[in-house]
Amino acid sequence: MKKVLMSVAVGAAFVMAAGSASAQTLNQVKSRGVLQCGSNTGLAGFGQPDAQGNWTGLDVDYCRAIAAAIFNDASKVKFVPLSAKDRFTALQSGEVDVLVRNTTWTMSRDTQLGLEFGPVNYYDGQGFMVRKKLKIASAMELSGASVCTQQGTTTELNLADFFRANKLKYEVVAFASSDETIKAYDAGRCDVFTTDASGLYAERLKLTAPDDHIVLPEIISKEPLGAAWRHGDNQWGDIVKWVHYAMVNAEEYGVTKANVDEMLKSGNPDVKRLLGTEGKFGEAIGLTNDWAYRVIKQVGNYGESFDRNVGAGSRLKIARGVNALWSKGGLQYAPPIR
Amino acid sequence: MNTEIVSASSKAYVRQEPAAVLPPPGSLVGPLAWMRDNLFSSPGNILLTVVAAAVAYISIPGFLNFLIFDAVWTGADREACIAKNGVVPGACWAFVRERVNFFIYGFYPVDQRWRVDVFFVLGAIGVAWMLWLKAPRRDIGMIYFLVVLPLISYFLLGGADWLGLSAVDTARWGGLMVTLVVAGVGIVASLPLGILLALGRRSKLPVIKFFSVMFIEFVRGVPLITVLFMANTMLPLFLPDNITVDKLLRALVGIGLFASAYMAEVVRAGLQALPKGQYEGAMAMGLGYWQMMRLIILPQALKVTIPNIVNTYIGLFKDTSLLLIVGIFDFLKAIETARIDPQWAAPTTSTTGYAFAAIVYFLFCYGMASYARAMERRLSVADKR
Repeated sequence: MKKVLMSVAVGAAFVMAAGSASAQTLNQVKSRGVLQCGSNTGLAGFGQPDAQGNWTGLDVDYCRAIAAAIFNDASKVKFVPLSAKDRFTALQSGEVDVLVRNTTWTMSRDTQLGLEFGPVNYYDGQGFMVRKKLKIASAMELSGASVCTQQGTTTELNLADFFRANKLKYEVVAFASSDETIKAYDAGRCDVFTTDASGLYAERLKLTAPDDHIVLPEIISKEPLGAAWRHGDNQWGDIVKWVHYAMVNAEEYGVTKANVDEMLKSGNPDVKRLLGTEGKFGEAIGLTNDWAYRVIKQVGNYGESFDRNVGAGSRLKIARGVNALWSKGGLQYAPPIR
Repeated sequence: MNTEIVSASSKAYVRQEPAAVLPPPGSLVGPLAWMRDNLFSSPGNILLTVVAAAVAYISIPGFLNFLIFDAVWTGADREACIAKNGVVPGACWAFVRERVNFFIYGFYPVDQRWRVDVFFVLGAIGVAWMLWLKAPRRDIGMIYFLVVLPLISYFLLGGADWLGLSAVDTARWGGLMVTLVVAGVGIVASLPLGILLALGRRSKLPVIKFFSVMFIEFVRGVPLITVLFMANTMLPLFLPDNITVDKLLRALVGIGLFASAYMAEVVRAGLQALPKGQYEGAMAMGLGYWQMMRLIILPQALKVTIPNIVNTYIGLFKDTSLLLIVGIFDFLKAIETARIDPQWAAPTTSTTGYAFAAIVYFLFCYGMASYARAMERRLSVADKR
């Protein structure tokens, strides 16, 4: 009996140790000296190794920004490339501290996986691409079109919903891989190519004549892509959330990588609180007060990161659209730092 | 009688010197005869020849045009490979040239890549030492290949403070290097483990036999991809939070165990092919179990199964590409990732990447197959009496 009790106690101790360990992500990260960030195994503009094997992309910048806030060194990130299948397990099992891997925030994922989803760093959604010569300006004019898409994806389901809801006729031409799909569209097997809008721009570059094709303005599904972390560690969640909000606020206040040092002298109270020259907002989340200054100095504000990786400054040339600041008609809205 | 011969040779119609050797008739030598013998010897063969020639005529020019004549060899980014005036160029080799270091080293830090080069050279020395029959001290070569090389490679690639080599996390390993490490570990580990399992399965000791059979049948009963998912997705859930096993190591163990189960069956086939007399003869000589196996049975059994062993090796080498599904950057995954980079987005980038992968995989697999053929020829001399 004594033995049984003993083993139960030991087991309980293990469980408790595991429980308290998971609530201490920041301490773990600090003692390890490197942030483990779950990243995509390769997605144009979001997480993509260059010729030297350095990761670049919008999601990658988010991870680097978190590392800059914690360590004052944006390079202290270990990127753990995860496939769509093992991404949540890697987060649940503690293999990564945060998952920034174009993961759509849905209710079931948020409530059933023991995960917490955070700010959306890219609002994606399914879009359409057509040939310019068809002179179509809106997806509502697509009645009777044949649509190239990938088999067995939510893309196909969204497509059916959209056409049914708008009482439009269409014909699906489905392929197994994205490569086949874009080749078929290029060869003229169908009038319309559909996938997530961020992917449309990347796929367009592979066409024989990219300039002969346009992306239609309609977005027919909601794919908010954001960061995720383990349920229950609110302090860690605050850091992940506020790093993004700091980048968005910095863009709103005009603080950039280039002018952040001058901005330290700014009299604007918003900027002062952001950069830590006033208040103790960094200490409140377990960091130093210049946490946001480090992020902007080393990575830049949200707009700069967007431009560099997916926007006008990149080859993808994705329009800001819904990812513009709220003050410019978009959805990127950060709560104030005060 | 003698006089008769002499008189006969003096006759005018008797030849005094041997006839000049005439060349064989045109119908038996030369290209035409070769073609008749080898290509058009029967109606069925004529049909096959015509079909093969037609297929070659249709496909080869397209291949060569794509891979060589229309290919783009130089350029800094996609501008070099995009369609010009609506004409899509051939293979975009400029892309492969720019990314070839990524394909070989993956994320390995640029200033440390010499360590991977040293690993390649050491590996090549080991392979040559093992495979070149006239090499001196092949027994030392074997120890080098099976013990020294793995140890050196471990410290060389992973890092060792006492050697002044900075640590390089396995998450930064990638490309051809990972493919070779994984295939190498699988190949080196699977043969001894496979032999032990095969012997275990034929053992008369029930416990050993039971466990060998269970292991082999369990592993053979699931696809490799399942083993990898188990190792990469399930295993971390079973372990406590603060224990994480290296991702590459998990995959290595998975592949090693998987390969050894298959190898066990290959070796068992060889063991069963030997006539019972070999076992009985060895026992009659007074040899113990391990002596019998080492001196009599295994040398013959392994010789019989060389084609199957190499077949398993080739399969294993190609199976390493499944690693990409669990997010490990092997050679194929490195190409997969590079090909979607917008810097090189062009109509033929993907195709070129896959063509390059095919060429590299072919070179390795064909090399292994050729060596196996030479080995079989050498060992089968005794059978050709």
